[in-house]
Amino acid sequence: MRKGVLFFLLFLLWILLVWPFYHRAIDYQSIFVGAIVSFFVSLIFGELFTESPHKFLSVKRYFWAILYLPVFLWSCFLANLDVAYRVLHPSLPIRPGIVKIRTRLKSKSAITALANSITLTPGTLTVDVCEDGYLYVHWICVREIDVEKATMIIVRRFENLLERIFE
Amino acid sequence: MIGLIVIILVSCSFLCLFRIARGPTASDRAVAMDILGIMVVGFCVVVSILTGKEFYLTTAIVWALLNFVGILALSKFLEGRGFDD
Amino acid sequence: MNEYIGFAFIIIGALFDLFGCIGLVRLPDLYNRLQAATKCVTLGTCGMLFGAFIIFGFTVSGMKAFLCAVFVLVTSPTSAHALARASYVSGVKLWQGSVVDKLKEDIEKH
Repeated sequence: MRKGVLFFLLFLLWILLVWPFYHRAIDYQSIFVGAIVSFFVSLIFGELFTESPHKFLSVKRYFWAILYLPVFLWSCFLANLDVAYRVLHPSLPIRPGIVKIRTRLKSKSAITALANSITLTPGTLTVDVCEDGYLYVHWICVREIDVEKATMIIVRRFENLLERIFE
Repeated sequence: MIGLIVIILVSCSFLCLFRIARGPTASDRAVAMDILGIMVVGFCVVVSILTGKEFYLTTAIVWALLNFVGILALSKFLEGRGFDD
Repeated sequence: MNEYIGFAFIIIGALFDLFGCIGLVRLPDLYNRLQAATKCVTLGTCGMLFGAFIIFGFTVSGMKAFLCAVFVLVTSPTSAHALARASYVSGVKLWQGSVVDKLKEDIEKH
């Protein structure tokens, strides 16, 4: 099971990297070599890959992941405009600080995705992750010091979607 | 068109070099090194469009991954712990 | 037509790179610098690679540019996180105008 998932991902990566589909013909040699190499690699390293391979099989997660992508990219773009405004303003309107937020996500991949999303969205940067679901976030313009209210502002928009994707 | 992009990227690299020369702590220099490493990917894209060759983009992929591993090792070293945890 | 859209993406990406590097020089403190630089340079470089993908289309070069954009988008915030944590542990202070530091309070409490 695990080995099958890893084989599929490695084979997809190989196909994207080599891209053997020319105008008419398909380069079967490259596909064959990729299949052999990813078979042996997944045979050796399959046990190290993931904790719960059955999550890769449900179609619903891919649907929510496709829905998550435009939300993430739009807030990423807004973050860039925000940083450009703060940097080009002559008097540097910043008010930084480190706040603490709480998340209800449990699995490691979900927390990693949440931390990466927080880093790329407006004004925030993850500094440290605690074991019991607390994240320390550096905020470039602190609006709320309290844990619950800061959680409402920073994570709520991602957490519902990420819970559907990863949990 | 290409000339404008190259001018912008070269000025970005000089700003990063200014931070590397000036930075008060070692962590500042590490951050500037990280940004300079991603800048190289941008240069690879420009050269690849200019010449139409594809192996510059292969160089870009390899450079991005090596930069990531190098920055992780550097941050472990700054944190003052061993490389094994 | 595709070339014009691709070059528009590349120029916008390069401008965001420039804003990020100005932030790297102007902002007063390591964490603010890391924040500005990581956000702007990640999206800027991804925009440049996506512009290259639009110019080349579905060929070998185009798919490599797309794959490199995905790699940069995944690895760059992770390395920023590692650097922020390492510099906090190694004792880099926050800017003196900072409002709050919950991490320091919690470390002192334990």
